[in-house]
Amino acid sequence: MSNEPGFDTLAIHAGAQPDPATGARITPIYQTASFVFDDVDHAAALFGLQAFGNIYTRITNPTTAVLEERVAALEGGTAALAVASGHAAQLIVMHALMQPGDEFIASRKLYGGSINQFGQSFKSFDWHVKWAEGTAASDFEAQITPKTKAIFIESLANPGGVVMDINGIAEVARKHHVPLIVDNTMATPYLCRPIEHGADIVVESLTKFLAGHGNSMGGIIVDGGTFDWGKDNRYPVLTQPRPEYNDIVLAETFGNFAFAIACRVLGLRDLGPAISPFNAFQIITGIETLALRMQRHCDNALKVAEYLEGHDKVEWVSYAGLQSDEHNKLQKQYMPKGAGGVFTFGVKGGYEAGVSLVSNVQIFSHLANIGDTRSLVIHPASTTHRQLDDDQQKAAGAGADVIRVSIGIEDADDLIADLAQALKQL
Amino acid sequence: MSDHDNYSDAHIRDILASVRSIAMIGASANKVRPSYFAATYLIAKGYDLYPINVGQAGNEIAGVMTYASLGDLPEPVDMVDVFRRAEALPGIVDEIMAMPHLPKIVWLQLGIRDDNIARKLEAEGMTVIQNRCPKIEYGRHCGEIAWVGVNRRIISAKKPILKPGYQHFTLEGQHA
Ligand SMILES: Cc1ncc(COP(=O)(O)O)c(C=O)c1O
Repeated sequence: MSNEPGFDTLAIHAGAQPDPATGARITPIYQTASFVFDDVDHAAALFGLQAFGNIYTRITNPTTAVLEERVAALEGGTAALAVASGHAAQLIVMHALMQPGDEFIASRKLYGGSINQFGQSFKSFDWHVKWAEGTAASDFEAQITPKTKAIFIESLANPGGVVMDINGIAEVARKHHVPLIVDNTMATPYLCRPIEHGADIVVESLTKFLAGHGNSMGGIIVDGGTFDWGKDNRYPVLTQPRPEYNDIVLAETFGNFAFAIACRVLGLRDLGPAISPFNAFQIITGIETLALRMQRHCDNALKVAEYLEGHDKVEWVSYAGLQSDEHNKLQKQYMPKGAGGVFTFGVKGGYEAGVSLVSNVQIFSHLANIGDTRSLVIHPASTTHRQLDDDQQKAAGAGADVIRVSIGIEDADDLIADLAQALKQL
Repeated sequence: MSDHDNYSDAHIRDILASVRSIAMIGASANKVRPSYFAATYLIAKGYDLYPINVGQAGNEIAGVMTYASLGDLPEPVDMVDVFRRAEALPGIVDEIMAMPHLPKIVWLQLGIRDDNIARKLEAEGMTVIQNRCPKIEYGRHCGEIAWVGVNRRIISAKKPILKPGYQHFTLEGQHA
């Protein structure tokens, strides 16, 4: 095909040809730990990265490879690496970029788990996060130091629904020659393709909208192929000879997909968080309907948000899709098809009212996840953010009155009716 | 001149399927250099490869005899693959023009592009591919490169074609 296929065609076909050995049309689940070599020369060529092929499922697997090529195609990247979870993807990306003592800049508007990973766990690797205090490009530039190795943002932040100015922040990254990493979990490539806006690396929790059915954990790293690693030798993992591969220089040998290869043959190989082929299969199947599901998530979320905005027991609604929302303009620019399926709102009556609402809903499931076909709800102050004091909860966007919903693809009228009956009980 | 900004997938695939013999200028004896990786891969895919490297003439690279120059080749080749810096191109063009049997294809490695030189070669009837790697292109078209997560930018409802052994794909109708 000479014309670039459309998004929906790629979502179904990218990476997935019929199985060459059996003709199976659906990608088989290659549930095997290892792969047989022809002979010792073939083994040596595989271990030396000279031949393409599978050795051991911690490093590559043919089912997982379909998932990788599919997401790389949807994001417009050169290559991808799928791993066990979104957090594993973030760890492996930073492991390839950071040396002890290095810094990276991150938005404060991030999923709480990422705030913990960056602010607490990464300290033991001597990697240091510098938080950008606001969302403007200048807030990121203000944190640049000679030790800065990367900038990390979410395209659409969880749960606040903040839409980030990716182009502006990408410009700062380019000026200081550090890669921009964008977590595209909440938007998905259906709503926003960060590489087109200047991102160099995209990470995603596949567990959410990509898998889409709340049944599988997974994460992915997409290499934009845009960053010049050799320019000033600040990324030794890519530009220094690797003793474990006969002194190969990854950036030189693998060109514009060297970052994805580095994450695979060093990060994943040595740290080990491989995705199971069964999960990869589930996620491949989920992605086939991504466009249909994502549009419905957005359409339903807008209807529910509009309903809540007019409800007298609701204090405020934070959803970028609402005309009244402060992020509506950026949403129209970066994700015109919709503002995603997740948003927060405040109930009158604070903590008690929040607890009552999540206890009385019948269709919404009370749990800690997003991006499922079914609608989900959580009251962060009594669950995920329970350990924080009042001020910390407020700073994290998890004040006593805050409810987070992930709107599913059920009938919107039923979701509204469920919230209506639960609000009535307040 | 052909469009060197956009080669169609069919054009690249047809070249790789029709070529049998390749002279690789700048093939390295160093086993971790990209040219060595490409050489071993192309040999494994059935091409008759002739490494050209003046310092290694008379020695084997990747198990095959190395020649000092294109003029020393024992027989005509279908394709010349240039794995040298751009500065070396003018001298290489002279060498190609002096070959008793011109190759059908001149392929310039990833990172090398010179449209004037391409025009000169095309005027003599040769097809020129610039700024591509034959190993990557072969891997895209046979499908193997997808095993390391690379986006091939090719979709197909036809199966990849197996070669004997484990985990080896080939191109439909490949002559080599
Ligand atoms: C925006 C975002 N990034 C990353 C993650 C972490 O992904 P995982 O739970 O797959 O490790 C999550 C999970 O909620 C998320 O919402």
